[in-house]
Amino acid sequence: MTLWHIDIEPSPGQPDHVGVRIAIEAADLNSHGPWRVRSSRGFLIEGDLTEAEIDRLARDLFVDRVVETYRISRCPESVAHSTSNPPHSSPVDSIGSAHAGVSEVVHVIRLAGVTDPEGESALSLLHELKYSARAIRTVRSYRITGPDMKSIDELVNRVLANSAVERAIKGPILFDRLESGSPYRFVRREAPIRELGAVELGELSRSWGLSLNIDEMRAIQAHFIAKGREPTDCELETIAQTWSEHCSHKTLKGRVEFEGEEIDNLLKHTIFQATRVLEPEWVVSVFADNAGIVEFDDDYDVCFKVETHNHPSAIDPYGGANTGLGGVIRDPLGTGLGAKPICNTDVFCTAPPETPAEALPPGVLHPRRILQGVVAGVRDYGNRMGIPTVNGALVVDPAYLANPLVFCGTVGVIPKGMAFKEVKAGDRIVVIGGKTGRDGIHGATFSSAELTGESESASSGAVQIGDAIVEKIVLDVVLRARDRGLFRAITDCGAGGLSSAVGEMGASVGAEVELDKAPLKYEGLSYTEIWISESQERMVLATPAEHWAELKELCAAEGVIAADIGRFIASGKLTLKYQGHVVADLEMDFLHDGRPQVLRRAKYDPPPVKAIAYPAESNHGEELLKILGSHGVCSKEWIIRQYDHEVQARTVLKPLTGVMDDGPGDASVVLPVLGSTRGLAVACGINPRYGAIDPYAMACASVDEAIRNCVAVGADPDRIALLDNFCWGNPERPETLGSLVLAARGCHDAAIGYRAPFISGKDSLYNEYTHDGRSRAIPPTLLISAIGRVPDVNKCVTMDLKAPGDLLFIVGETRDEMGGSHWSLIRGIEGGFAPRVDFEVGRRLFAAMHRAIVSGLVKSCHDPSEGGLAVAVAEMAIAGGMGADVSLAAVPRPAGLDRDLVLLFSESPTRFIVEVEPRHEQAFLKIFENLPSGRLGLTTRDDEPRLRIRGVKRSIAVDLSTSDMKTRWQAPLAW
Amino acid sequence: MKPKALVLRAPGVNCDEETARAWELAGAEVESRHVERLVDDRRALDRFQILTLPGGFSYGDDLGAGKILAAKLGVTLADSIARLRDRGGLILGICNGFQTLVKAGLLPGGTHAKQATLTHNDSRRYEARWTRLVVSSRRCVFLASDDPLELPVAHGEGKFVVADSAALDELFQGDQVVLRYADSENRPTELYPANPNGSARGVAAVCDPTGRVFGLMPHPERHVERFHHPRWTRLERRTDGVPDGLRIFQNAVAALK
Repeated sequence: MTLWHIDIEPSPGQPDHVGVRIAIEAADLNSHGPWRVRSSRGFLIEGDLTEAEIDRLARDLFVDRVVETYRISRCPESVAHSTSNPPHSSPVDSIGSAHAGVSEVVHVIRLAGVTDPEGESALSLLHELKYSARAIRTVRSYRITGPDMKSIDELVNRVLANSAVERAIKGPILFDRLESGSPYRFVRREAPIRELGAVELGELSRSWGLSLNIDEMRAIQAHFIAKGREPTDCELETIAQTWSEHCSHKTLKGRVEFEGEEIDNLLKHTIFQATRVLEPEWVVSVFADNAGIVEFDDDYDVCFKVETHNHPSAIDPYGGANTGLGGVIRDPLGTGLGAKPICNTDVFCTAPPETPAEALPPGVLHPRRILQGVVAGVRDYGNRMGIPTVNGALVVDPAYLANPLVFCGTVGVIPKGMAFKEVKAGDRIVVIGGKTGRDGIHGATFSSAELTGESESASSGAVQIGDAIVEKIVLDVVLRARDRGLFRAITDCGAGGLSSAVGEMGASVGAEVELDKAPLKYEGLSYTEIWISESQERMVLATPAEHWAELKELCAAEGVIAADIGRFIASGKLTLKYQGHVVADLEMDFLHDGRPQVLRRAKYDPPPVKAIAYPAESNHGEELLKILGSHGVCSKEWIIRQYDHEVQARTVLKPLTGVMDDGPGDASVVLPVLGSTRGLAVACGINPRYGAIDPYAMACASVDEAIRNCVAVGADPDRIALLDNFCWGNPERPETLGSLVLAARGCHDAAIGYRAPFISGKDSLYNEYTHDGRSRAIPPTLLISAIGRVPDVNKCVTMDLKAPGDLLFIVGETRDEMGGSHWSLIRGIEGGFAPRVDFEVGRRLFAAMHRAIVSGLVKSCHDPSEGGLAVAVAEMAIAGGMGADVSLAAVPRPAGLDRDLVLLFSESPTRFIVEVEPRHEQAFLKIFENLPSGRLGLTTRDDEPRLRIRGVKRSIAVDLSTSDMKTRWQAPLAW
Repeated sequence: MKPKALVLRAPGVNCDEETARAWELAGAEVESRHVERLVDDRRALDRFQILTLPGGFSYGDDLGAGKILAAKLGVTLADSIARLRDRGGLILGICNGFQTLVKAGLLPGGTHAKQATLTHNDSRRYEARWTRLVVSSRRCVFLASDDPLELPVAHGEGKFVVADSAALDELFQGDQVVLRYADSENRPTELYPANPNGSARGVAAVCDPTGRVFGLMPHPERHVERFHHPRWTRLERRTDGVPDGLRIFQNAVAALK
């Protein structure tokens, strides 16, 4: 057995993209330099292979010889071999001072047990080609010159290797074997708890990472005392997973005492309640399955789910976002009998990318690295799955420094009649897709606890690495098996792994699992690890015994691993066996209903209302430019273009729109059914800045924003379905929970007010970071996502101005609602009221807007949100490459409100700016009769288009060239 | 008789459905097949007139874009693919399919087999954007006029590189460079973003010396409807226009009739 290293680098004259990027990032960390980085990629191949064979493989398979060179070495490598004698000398990029500096070679490989998809692919290809290889790992190598060794070490730790999943090796590779698991020897382990006191129970919960509170531990203790035996480790872990905040949502479904009132199940009384009251006939399945389902047309339904993956993304942004998206894609796939994913969404909340490195608390990654990592993670999963990522948002606030948020969503389409599933006793439990390894052990309980400075090292097991291609072939198999009727129920392995998936599927029946039948990535996993592992890309199917052979054959034909690991059985129990030994035997009733109800206290003291002290003088043009250049408003093109937003050929309104394909569309529209012209608009609303002032108002405004984005492109306001995602801090703090109660009530009222039902949702609590006894919580953050049916996509409207000489109207009232506005952000001025929604007017306004659009009266339409009217008109001009002459005099507003500043930048909801051809003016106004509307002005096109806005008193308030605005708007994320 | 098109599936290929639909809209009869079924039955391809390698990330692009699929085709299907080409059949590779054909040596083919590659974009990142393309050769049966085309690209490794500049000259002289990225004035360009990847002389698509094996980085199957175009809401609605991508499929079908 020999370990070979094939080291591959760009040929002379070919760019070293990775090396250049790393050198730039190194200079960001330590600007003194010098910095020179040469990168190479490589493979460590262990097997009975001769040097000649390795050379042939390198030439034929591993190296692209048009642009790359390579060399082969046998491990352990000699010191001289690795540190000197570069394969060729070439001019390299050099940044910083001219002094010589020090040099080092660094290799980065994944930790043993961490998935290495490319190594796996290479291994299976070599086996197919009949080479005798035992294991292959990929390696990245860097030849670095830096100012001193300390700076190089810092570069390695901060940029090159993530210690949660990777290992950096300085100098030559000195080992001669790739690590692999060692065989597992079965020992049935018990966790004696019957004799423990309160302190010891608490200690057990902590040391095992169970995240269970004392009441819950006592309930478990009582249960086993009654049974007359101790629990096994596996039973305790299973209960902890099932009862975790992440899986059971015990806060939102528990009891809350709020302002003298006891709410039994907050979700039921707010979000669910609204849907039950509305009960539209087009809702198919809500809050019951992995995604909410609504009717789309006579033949198909659509479903939608949005999830968060915050804590994993804080530790490993790439892997966290990657598996966050991979996980949510499995939700529609595991909904009903399996929906086909047709588009994705992504929303990120991070600290400002320009945060100084010194400001970072221990264990916290730089926000720039987080943003780059999460974008790359979503990109690589979504693009590889072949699912277009079509909608998203970016929220930037210093409070997300230690706890960034990552939301990923997926819409699926499913043939009618496949929305429901039912497990029957006797069905086989079949797990398909990825093999089970140690990845993500304790993900469910980890995400239900706060992050600390030690999270990075303590929770490395909670980070998973995705392999999108495995999920893609699983998707291919599931849809084929569904259409052949090969299974009766399906769900995904998410948080809690097999434990949750099988536990939930078998809840009303009973299940018996043989854990040793699960396909493993490597040896050495204990039965408990197999059961709770969160290895990615796995689905669990309930397959009638008579269909198992056919399913197995189908999986084999598509290259998908499938295993029969047990059966559903009418025992009412969850029974786990390993090599014939019973390692867990739990009553389903106790598992799912035995958790003591959580009672939490909530209170809310609204911050004192403070009117904004408006400055006597302000330069509105400069303010507009600053808002355009803020992270919340600026162009997200850098993100969007890295996502394939058109694969599947369904995307008929793209996220970027306009004459140069670079304006900010309000919502994307996809065609769920190819060949039909019925569309689906996908949009979102999020604004935590309002929540800091008024969580109820934030919820209403976010719902309004999500709906108006859909309506702006042509969706029918009577066919909009909503999703909620609550990301809050520690709910055991009454103030934190109080703001959540108010936000949930806002969701309820907005859903009723707009007759837009919530169909699914998710909460993520404990978004806090603790260090030195200080806790930093995120701002209460509510994401509202929406899908809206578009009757005929031929009528869709985009936000870019279309032609000069058209009329510009504003519909909806502008009020003095500057609290939490982007104007107050860029001016650093606090106070003011958060925007409030008038649902009665809003409903009529949405209906009128829709009528105007389907009547063909609207050439472009855009909703004012962050930055208000001024930003909306500016964006329309930017996208259209045009100008506009606008006056604020006719802006509908309450009597007495004549301040230009407020009319320009207030963020009052339920407004649209609309471009209408002069010949349609009367017809348009007729539709908006009895609703607030006003004529703003005209579109223009000069050689150098400008946006001119006159104030109420006719003075010039803004006069800017469109190209200057565009430059400022594009600058922040022009990475 | 409708020509029969085979759309090749493989793990990670993800544009097979819309590519099959584009063939259907163009008037071909389509079947999608997994590459392993062709390996099982190596005469299966003989029933088809068209082989299509759609876009995606075959085998995760592990070992390089298209590399593993190219290796499999080379080992098991080289004969049946050569038979298809030599009996007048057509082979189309889109995006990852183009990368696969290049790495398998089928493109640019002839004396230049394995002297070309598609490598990382100069921008150092994946790019999804619409491009303008001018036709620089009519040797290829997939093009029937000199009208410029608008099609989207979505790739991280689309920069066409040949071993030396003399070889590139020969490809131009041999009329094997079919499409080039162009600016708004229809001039071929190396400038980003009109040229999204930095391909020398704007090369976006090539064919083999027969003109019947065609590979392109842009996605014609993503422009087969009016509202696939990114600016359709700005354009006059025309009833007679055939979307640019669909024309490519139609030309191929017409060539086989």
